[in-house]
Amino acid sequence: MTHPTSTIASELLLDVRSVSLAFKGVKAISDLSFSVERGEICALIGPNGAGKSSLLNILNGVYLADSGEIVFAGEHFHRIEPLEAARRGIARTFQNNALFKKMSVIDNILAGLARHTASSFLAQGLRLPSARREEARLREQAEDILAFLDLQPHRHVVVGTLPYGVQKRVELARALVGRPTLLLLDEPLAGMNAGEKAEMSGFIAAINRHLGVTVVLIEHDVGIVMNLAGHIVVLDYGRKIGDGTPAQVRASPDVIAAYLGTRH
Amino acid sequence: MPRRARAGLAIPLLLLLAFVGVPLVGTEYWIGAILLPFLVLSLAGLGLNLLTGYAGQTSIGSGGFMAVGAFATFGFVVHGGVPLPLALLLAGLAAAGAGLVFGLPSDRIKGFYLMVSSLAAQFFFEWLFQKFPWFYNYGSSGTIALPRIAVFGLDVGSTLGRYYLTLTIVAGLTWFAANLMRSQTGRSFMAVRDMDTAAAVIGIPVYRAKLLAFAVSSFYLGIAGALWAFAYLGSASVQSFGISRSFQILFIIIIGGMGSIAGNFIGAAFISLLPLAIDHVAQALFAGHVDAGLLQNIEKAVFGVLIIWFLIKEPDGLARLFQTIGARLANWLRP
Repeated sequence: MTHPTSTIASELLLDVRSVSLAFKGVKAISDLSFSVERGEICALIGPNGAGKSSLLNILNGVYLADSGEIVFAGEHFHRIEPLEAARRGIARTFQNNALFKKMSVIDNILAGLARHTASSFLAQGLRLPSARREEARLREQAEDILAFLDLQPHRHVVVGTLPYGVQKRVELARALVGRPTLLLLDEPLAGMNAGEKAEMSGFIAAINRHLGVTVVLIEHDVGIVMNLAGHIVVLDYGRKIGDGTPAQVRASPDVIAAYLGTRH
Repeated sequence: MPRRARAGLAIPLLLLLAFVGVPLVGTEYWIGAILLPFLVLSLAGLGLNLLTGYAGQTSIGSGGFMAVGAFATFGFVVHGGVPLPLALLLAGLAAAGAGLVFGLPSDRIKGFYLMVSSLAAQFFFEWLFQKFPWFYNYGSSGTIALPRIAVFGLDVGSTLGRYYLTLTIVAGLTWFAANLMRSQTGRSFMAVRDMDTAAAVIGIPVYRAKLLAFAVSSFYLGIAGALWAFAYLGSASVQSFGISRSFQILFIIIIGGMGSIAGNFIGAAFISLLPLAIDHVAQALFAGHVDAGLLQNIEKAVFGVLIIWFLIKEPDGLARLFQTIGARLANWLRP
């Protein structure tokens, strides 16, 4: 895995501009703008229902924003299809694992390389040398990720039978194997014990540092977020109420109000 | 992987048995009336399994696509003067095209509703090949039969010849399918089956995978239909590919195992051999004492009960059951 680590400082990778989304009249996100620099870890925090997952869904095309636009790597989008987002290097994991449950760990990860596969189904079915070479190359890449995330012992296990924490790591591996530029993680630490959380946040930091992947993540464990992320965006009822470094956000009265509750 | 290693030895042995052993010891009846239909049904099961078991797209239109294969083969030979092997290939492609067209709704329709929409294929082709006499060359009975079954000038019209023709095609297509399902195409199919939203998010072209599944599946069904008509039956009509044929193919993959290559052969063996076995037992026990028509119905009921019993015992099909038994045996034999 070679990837250029931090390119030019303060280059914008992602710019969310005045995005709004409503479900049948109920505002999920209102006029939200923030930007993410290439190479950083940006955390989205906020109470349940603040619109965090909806925002991730807009970023990779699962939802269509009602208004606003997304600028990713210099290109402007009002709408992006999930497939197109994947092709452009936006990968993601889901809050409730979205793995291919009847497939093995290695097959799940290999499936993440579909868009890097060039050989035709005829070449694959006939086992032509070109297809076999490609398959060997894909397996090598998958093995790299398997080793990186310490998943080798589970290689041939059907994912549906694995513990939840390991499944989360498999999903991360599947998102990562296609070498994304931007990785969206929806509550990667949810449902984990303290040990697993520490391990997982270690992996996320390593992905960011060693593979040079920009990360946008949603997480409720504020303690971990403050250590992991260099940039925090706070949402409440679909609006941005805080944006800055962990220290700035921690000091913001609006954020304190939203989290602890005050009389307005 | 130990499983791969075991299979590596089992398959050449099976092929040796099928190509050399069977013709040495098999009678005309066994080869022509039992093994031939078993092989063709296995191939049809494989075709449907690629679509339903691997790609998760349900269909009860298999009979329709088999009919396309049979009637197209006949058309290419009789109207086009195309030699048989090429006609078979072209007929498979025609069936694949038909499958592709009837797969178009899969972009919007899923699961049970897709299954119902696949009925359209079944009824459309039944109607088509009955309505226009051109398809059966204006014969009075509406049946199709090839004047001569020859491959590269070699007459393979004998029982053994038709057996070898079928066996070669089935072995080749099974090899292709097994390769395909172990490669990226297979993984894309299964990803679409297990969770299509996630498949799109990680960069799998979901709709394209579905359409490919429909096309490849129908190619297999088309070839199976042609073999059913000309290698097994000799002459066929639309009735040979009715809705009950579609259900038969569906039962094969449900009983044998969804998403399993070997399961199609196990399921086809079960479906074609078990009724014979029940018949033998019933005839031995009750012949003469019970009305023949009643006996036949009782046999069907017993067959149905056995299917239910097997599915309760192992919902994932016989292929999985055999795997479990094999694993237990291996455990038990280990010192």
